[in-house]
Amino acid sequence: MCSQERYVPKKFEFGQLLPFIGPIALFVFWYVAVSAGWVNKVLMPSPVDTIHHLFDALANGDMMGDIDTTFMRTMIAFGIAAAIGVPLGIALGSSEPAYRSVEFLIDFFRSTPSSALIPLFLLIFGITDANKIAIASFAAVLVILFNSAYGVMHARKTRILAARVMGANSWQIFRDVLLLESLSQTFVGLRNGISITLVIVIVAEMFIGSESGLGHRIIDAQQILNVKDMYASILVTGALGYALNLVFMLIEKRFIHWSGK
Amino acid sequence: MSWFKPAPVRRCASVQQESPRAGGGFLPAAPHTHITVRGLYKTFAGAPLYENLNLDLPKGKIVSIFGPNGCGKSTLMNMIAGLIPLDRGEILFDGKTLKETVIGYVFQNYREALFPWLRAVDNIAYPLRRMGLGASEVKARVDELIASFEIRFDLQRYPYELSGGQQQTVCIMRALAARPEVLFLDEPFSALDYEMTLFIREKLQDIYMKSGVTMVIVSHDLEDAVFLADKVLLLTRRPTRVAEFMSFDLARPRTPASMSDPLFVSTKASALEVFQREVKASPLSSA
Repeated sequence: MCSQERYVPKKFEFGQLLPFIGPIALFVFWYVAVSAGWVNKVLMPSPVDTIHHLFDALANGDMMGDIDTTFMRTMIAFGIAAAIGVPLGIALGSSEPAYRSVEFLIDFFRSTPSSALIPLFLLIFGITDANKIAIASFAAVLVILFNSAYGVMHARKTRILAARVMGANSWQIFRDVLLLESLSQTFVGLRNGISITLVIVIVAEMFIGSESGLGHRIIDAQQILNVKDMYASILVTGALGYALNLVFMLIEKRFIHWSGK
Repeated sequence: MSWFKPAPVRRCASVQQESPRAGGGFLPAAPHTHITVRGLYKTFAGAPLYENLNLDLPKGKIVSIFGPNGCGKSTLMNMIAGLIPLDRGEILFDGKTLKETVIGYVFQNYREALFPWLRAVDNIAYPLRRMGLGASEVKARVDELIASFEIRFDLQRYPYELSGGQQQTVCIMRALAARPEVLFLDEPFSALDYEMTLFIREKLQDIYMKSGVTMVIVSHDLEDAVFLADKVLLLTRRPTRVAEFMSFDLARPRTPASMSDPLFVSTKASALEVFQREVKASPLSSA
C-alpha cells in the first residue's frame, strides 16, 4: 500500500506453480490409493467423488446452513474473546506487576486443553448454543490476552524514551507508542485466537448435543457411514479455517504495514 | 545572574542538603556556560560511576564526550538529557531545570527510535504536534526544516522504506523540529557506513552553523569526536572524572580535507594520548 511498487505484468515463472504442487500431489496420491484398492472404499471415497459431492452439497444449499451456523458461532465467540482479550491484555501489559500477578493463571489455563473443560462448561451452561460459544471464547481469550500483553511489555524502550524526550506524557506515550507497538503482536494473538475458536466450536458441535454446524455434520455423516459427506465436510472445515487465517493476514498486512520491518 | 544563584538540589530523601557555600556544593559556572552539572553522583550496579562531578558545558558550542569503554559517556549525557535519573546532584540549563528547557535527542539506533507507523514527515512533525501547534504552524516548521536540510528523498515514505542515512537524517530533523536549546546525539554515526557518516557530519555542521544550537555528542570514534567538536570532553575510567576538557578551534566549515589539517592531527593525537593514559590507568589507582 505504501511502497512505490507498481504493477508490472510479469513473465510466467515456474516458481509461481510451486504452491500448487503439494495439494495436487496429495490428490493424486489419494486417487491412486483409492483406485488401487490400498484402502477400503467404504471408508474412503475417491477425491473426484468427494469433490463432486462437495459441489452438489454446496449447490443445493444443503451444506450452507451448517457452514453458516459454524461461521456465526466462531465469529461470535471470537468477537467476545477479542473484545475482552485485547483491552485486558493491553491494560495488564502496561503494568508489569499486574501482569506478573496473574501470569500463572494465564499460563496454566492457556496450557490446559480447552476441550478438557467441556464437562465443566456443560454444568454451567447446559446443552446450549451459549455453551459452545462460551467455551470457544474462553479458549481464545487467553491466547489473545497473552499476546496483547506481551506486545505492550516488549515495546521498544528507545521509542518510549524518544516520545518522552519529545514531551509526551504517560497517556500520550501509551496512545502514540505502546498501543501501536503492541499491534503486530496483538494480531498474532488474534490469528491464533480465531484458529483456536474454530477448533473448539467444531469439537463442541460434535460432542455437545447439537443439531447444526459442520462439527455436527461430520459426526452425523460418520455415524451413518456417509463417507463422501464426511470428507466433503472436513474439506470445508479446513477451507474455513484457512480462509479465516488468510483474512487476518491480509488485514494485518494492510493495517500493520510496519510489522516485521 | 542566574548562574550565581544556588539552586535547590534534586536529591534523595536520605541525603542532607549541603550548604551552598560548603565544599564542592557551590561552584560558579564559567562565562558563556549553558549546562551546569553540580555535585553529580551516580552508582551503577553497586559501584560508583560518578562521584561529585562538576561540569560546565559552553553555550552555542559542540561538545564531544569521549572516554574508555564503560566509563559512562552515554550515561552522563542521558542523565543531563533526563533519560536516566541521577542519584544526587543538580543539572541546570541557563539556570533553568530540564522541565523548563526544550531539548532534542538523536538516538544511536534510528530504526528503534523512529515511529514506523508514521510517515517520515509525520515523525518529524510529532514533537510539534505534542507541543500543541496547529496544522499550519506544523507544516510551516516542517517545510522550513526540509528546506534547510535540502532533503532530496520522499518524506511521505515510511521510515523502513528509507536507507539508514536517510532515517538518521529524519531523526535529526525530528530532534530539531521543536527548536531545542540543546541537541543531544548518542553515537549518531555508529550504525552508519562511512559515506553516510560524512554526509550526516556535514549536515550537522551545517545546521550548527545556521542555528548555533548547543550540541552534545557521545562518540566511540575519536575521529568523529574531534571532527565536529569545539570542545572534547575526555573522561577517565570509573569512578569517572574529567581527564581533560580540550579545545579544538579549527575554523568552520570543516571538510573531509580538514582531517589532514595539522591542528586536527595534533588535537586528535593529544586526545589519543590522554585516552591511552586513562585506559592504562588501573581503576584502583585513580580512586
